[in-house]
Amino acid sequence: MTTASSAGSTRRDFLFVATGAVAAVGGLATVWPLVSQMNPDASTIAAGAPIEVDLTPIATGQDIKVFWRGKPIYIMNRTKKQIDEARAVSVTELRDPQTDQSRVKDGHDNWLVVIGICTHLGCIPIAHDGNYDGFFCPCHGSQYDSSGRIRQGPAPLNLPVPPYQFVSDSKIQIG
Amino acid sequence: MSGPSDYQPTNPVVKWIERRLPIFGLVHSSFVAYPTPRNLNYWWTFGAILSFMLGVQILTGIILAMHYTPNADLAFKSVESLVRDVNYGWMLRNIHAAGASMFFFAVYIHMFRGLYYGSYKEPREILWILGVIIYLLMMATGFMGYVLPWGQMSFWGATVITNLFSAIPYVGDSIVTLLWGGYSVGNPTLNRFFSLHYLLPFVIAGVVVLHVWALHVAGQNNPAGVEVKTEKDTVPFTPYATIKDAFGVSCFLLFFAWFIFYMPNYLGDADNYIPANPGVTPMHIVPEWYYLPFYAILRSIPNKLAGVIAMFSAIVVLAFLPWLDSARTRSSKYRPLAKQFFWMFVVVCVLLGYLGAQPPEGIYVIAGRILTFCYFAYFLILLPLLSRIETPRPIPNSIAEDVLAKSKGKSAVASVAIMFALAGALFAGSAGNARAAEDLVPPSQSWSFAGPLGKFDRGSLQRGLKVYKEVCSACHSLNYIAFRNLADAGGPGYSEAQAASLASEYKIKDGPNDQGDMFERPGRPADYFPAPFPNEQAARAANGGGLPPDLSLITKARSYERGFPQFIFDFFTQFQEQGPNYVSAILQGFDDKVPADVSIPAGSYYNKYFPGHSIKMPKPLSDGQVTFDDGAPATVPQYAHDVTTFLMWAAEPHLEQRKRIGLQVFVFLILFAGLMYFTKKKVWANAH
Repeated sequence: MTTASSAGSTRRDFLFVATGAVAAVGGLATVWPLVSQMNPDASTIAAGAPIEVDLTPIATGQDIKVFWRGKPIYIMNRTKKQIDEARAVSVTELRDPQTDQSRVKDGHDNWLVVIGICTHLGCIPIAHDGNYDGFFCPCHGSQYDSSGRIRQGPAPLNLPVPPYQFVSDSKIQIG
Repeated sequence: MSGPSDYQPTNPVVKWIERRLPIFGLVHSSFVAYPTPRNLNYWWTFGAILSFMLGVQILTGIILAMHYTPNADLAFKSVESLVRDVNYGWMLRNIHAAGASMFFFAVYIHMFRGLYYGSYKEPREILWILGVIIYLLMMATGFMGYVLPWGQMSFWGATVITNLFSAIPYVGDSIVTLLWGGYSVGNPTLNRFFSLHYLLPFVIAGVVVLHVWALHVAGQNNPAGVEVKTEKDTVPFTPYATIKDAFGVSCFLLFFAWFIFYMPNYLGDADNYIPANPGVTPMHIVPEWYYLPFYAILRSIPNKLAGVIAMFSAIVVLAFLPWLDSARTRSSKYRPLAKQFFWMFVVVCVLLGYLGAQPPEGIYVIAGRILTFCYFAYFLILLPLLSRIETPRPIPNSIAEDVLAKSKGKSAVASVAIMFALAGALFAGSAGNARAAEDLVPPSQSWSFAGPLGKFDRGSLQRGLKVYKEVCSACHSLNYIAFRNLADAGGPGYSEAQAASLASEYKIKDGPNDQGDMFERPGRPADYFPAPFPNEQAARAANGGGLPPDLSLITKARSYERGFPQFIFDFFTQFQEQGPNYVSAILQGFDDKVPADVSIPAGSYYNKYFPGHSIKMPKPLSDGQVTFDDGAPATVPQYAHDVTTFLMWAAEPHLEQRKRIGLQVFVFLILFAGLMYFTKKKVWANAH
């Protein structure tokens, strides 16, 4: 490409650049399916459809664990004491400030629905344990209160609330 | 790989590494500065094509292993889920399956090239033997890979091939048991084959490194067959050989993509879309095409042990080639007799391949024996003899002289004559075959999904679903189709809400609930079409002992012989619709008037197109049975056409995507190969 004839050189350079560019486009287009195949497949996505959960068997002060999209979901029927404790906290002092009201559905204040995965490194916290009448993660000692908010330990965030709604007073749909 | 390098890096980082690990120098001396003979023709690009194919197979294989389950109960299903549910899963599977064939296709050209130009002769004996070892490893890998989908051909291929070892006296049975890990081919066999199928490609890669090393020590052979003498005889590997190889690969990709996107089942066997059944052997069991010549040799020897020995000898004899052919002239270009016999040998191999696919009876057995003799005679009698009696033509003094002397008119007459003789022989063979198979061939119909631009007719799919629901589903399951699929792109075109409402019409068994009981609930989009019978025994009991097959794959699991030369034209016309033609023909092939020469047992029915004519299914469709909302005629031909279209979609839900992407790939590859051609010309312009 250091030839004296500049015209010939330009044409050759253009050909080389064009071929290289087309090869690069082809390479990238080939990589796409090779990576895309690692995404969840159609049956996994279909199996992640919303589920309905009947709340009638859960007495006050009890909780159940259901699975949605492979994740454990805690559904807790909170006692009056637990609700009061959660609402007595000053929100500004929290690591991840959220009011208890924003984490439950209006008119269903006793029902706490959270994804039971510690926001630190993914272990499953134990319900009704710890210093805050909520959840305690045995792996690294994170403690969540009765609203599932992080209060102590290494976890950075509150237990997330999954998308859900009340289908009737005693039934919710998660997802 | 060719001794100490004179590579002098300037970049300080590269320099630092190079002093400690001279890897850049190695790459530079092996793939950049390495001198290649300047007269190499395109047959020499197949080395690069093979390296490329090995890479493709390893890459796609690793991906397929992410989705595959090596378990006798789940393997078949996991392959179907891969093809149906995983993003681009169908494409990856087609690449890997067709890739195996392409790998063998390329290796056969590579081997014949070596044979023609005497590339096995001194000092390249070890290079050649390493190649034979790679070929053997490829055969083992290909065979074990074919077992993994766990279809009928997988299972029976595994049974037949492992039983070859039972021919060994005294220890044969113990070896076979060792291979199986049981009393028959089963789950342990599948598991170990999966493990070894994953391992062997890396062993191949290792031997390929040795192969390339030996190549770079001895230097490449060339069409003239004279050794490199001066620098004028060579050009540096990069850019000259690199660009030429890349052009060769891009052309090969066009051929490869034709199979991936348009003919994915052309080289496969329909029986392998039937899940493995240890109780029934397929009527006509054949290995993959690349083993056919050896299979023909095996079958032409009427003694078990001798047949197995002959088959393995046919491969092992290649390793002795450097000593069987002791002629001093390498290239057959300058060996007038060897050249002719070489082409005859090619014809013998192709004909053996053809015979390997034919039933072992009548003329085929005799032809097989004659050709087996010819095969071995070529190596054991002809080549030793020729090297003593043949007078070769004068060879050029140097490669440079060969390049200058080029462009003399070649006599292609002999090759053309041989090609015609070959075609004639095959045609004669298939004429005899047509006489043997008197069964009526299903008529070819026109299908909207055929051809490179084929698409499903949505109306036909919806009507076909109706026919399936109202008629077929009474006895036949549709296990691989979920209700959600009805809303998939390229399908019957229902909305997600429509699919969900259709699902809710079905009762699906679920559970256990909190009390431990199973219960029924309305279907959801994620559910699959429920089977009409809870198990095989119930299905047989309700159908007079016959098992109504699952229909999800029926249009891919049924086929019929096309014969020569039809199957060659099919490759170019993309004819792939044997399955739909057959299914449609069966539905219309019932006749109350049974021909005199056919006897139908009680509880069976006469069908023109069914192999053996005696079918357990009563005539399923009659005019007016199903009413269509769109005004399509309520006739049996219409029903058959619609339900077959629906079942073709059920067998390959991504057919439209496959053909659409295929078109894009072809536009790209033609553009790319064209650019590569001009780039190659520009680069080589300096060399002449």
